[in-house]
Amino acid sequence: MGAFAYVAPTSVDEVLTVLSEHANLGKRAQVLAGGTDLLVQMRGIDREARTIVDIKKLAETNRLTISDEEVFIGAAIPSAELNENETLVSLLPGLLEAADLIGSTQIQGRATLGGNLCNASPAGDTIPAMIAVGAICQIAGSGGVRELPVEQFCTGVGSNALGPDEFLLGLKIKRPPPGSGSAYLRFTPRTEMDIAVAGCGVAVTLDAGGTCTAARVGIGAVAPRPLLVPAAAEALVGTRLDDAALAAAGEACSAAASPITDKRGTDVYRRKVVGVLCRRAGAIARDRAQAQAKQV
Amino acid sequence: MSKVHVTTSINGEQVEFLCAPEQSLLEVLREELDKTGTKEGCATGDCGACSVLLDGRLVCSCLVLAVESQGHEVTTIEGIATEEGLHPIQRKFLEHAALQCGICTPGLIVATKSLLEKHPDPDETTIRYWLAGNLCRCTGYDKIIRAVQDVAKELAYPA
Repeated sequence: MGAFAYVAPTSVDEVLTVLSEHANLGKRAQVLAGGTDLLVQMRGIDREARTIVDIKKLAETNRLTISDEEVFIGAAIPSAELNENETLVSLLPGLLEAADLIGSTQIQGRATLGGNLCNASPAGDTIPAMIAVGAICQIAGSGGVRELPVEQFCTGVGSNALGPDEFLLGLKIKRPPPGSGSAYLRFTPRTEMDIAVAGCGVAVTLDAGGTCTAARVGIGAVAPRPLLVPAAAEALVGTRLDDAALAAAGEACSAAASPITDKRGTDVYRRKVVGVLCRRAGAIARDRAQAQAKQV
Repeated sequence: MSKVHVTTSINGEQVEFLCAPEQSLLEVLREELDKTGTKEGCATGDCGACSVLLDGRLVCSCLVLAVESQGHEVTTIEGIATEEGLHPIQRKFLEHAALQCGICTPGLIVATKSLLEKHPDPDETTIRYWLAGNLCRCTGYDKIIRAVQDVAKELAYPA
């Protein structure tokens, strides 16, 4: 077994060089952002020596920009810092409330959205919320930057679509148009510091008359990876997001789920709860969209 | 094993040390720098006993690599008291007997300092959520919350 090494490059090219050199030599390198998962894994389930590549010193991974067209959230920005940005919270309430559910104040001081996504836990709270707002991963690689929708990023429990010589720069999110709202809800036995039994993110856009013109629904902790549920969105679009439409969307989420049974809940329970969460998150997203429409 | 040379600021003093790349800031504070006020509870970021401020932001030092502190500012429990004596947070924790075994106390005091910087007049819910990452198995938390409320009052309206 070799020894650990640590590098903190200051440019995207330097990171890519380190990653591809390791890949070519068959040596292991792992990208570090906030470290709240990585350091725990290094002392527990995955002690293998490797080169830790800290991406916190790059301009690109620290970039937070909000333009008329889109929002960009760098992969290395801690969630506490994101939640201190009022414009961001008002534009993407569902995503930011998901980030605010993860861990303690201490954890949020380090943990990043990019890390939560790359860790690819089926129960990662921000991932269904990212899916709901249609976030696109910006991935740096030797061939340049490629884009991938978040719902295609996680490939299984703890695995993602990154090649050995690629890393996540950040998330690009189309700025929600006026009349939009989003929400994320999860169920946990405790109110704080717990892992989702089921989670659901909903984002909707309403027209001036209150009819839903666009919707996206993401679910978590009820399948090997977080999922986009197109059937749930179809149940919402064209309705006024009344109880019947929300119930239909909830049923679509339950149908899309393929949960396991573990100490946190049975498969039957999780399937039911994810539908309930979809209904409730849908109602919150609707109310936020209506409130936002009034402000504009 | 090759060690890394790190220069950082701890409680306002420039400090240099050598560490292994995989060593946590907590390990280096306690084992290399004799700053044993910061406690190790779980070493997995769940208990908050190892809380420190990194560039003013509350973090678990067990989840920060020591090498990551290069060029940054670390504040530990040893940096909370002033030359005049205990910090008001420390004094109120004593007055309210907001501790028993004391293992969680340094982390709670550092976390409280960070809380009051962000929320000088916090309500009970804000206090409880902010300190949710600091586990105490002795007090039942009630005395801690009262101490924090009292110190917030004192700092906001000095006598």
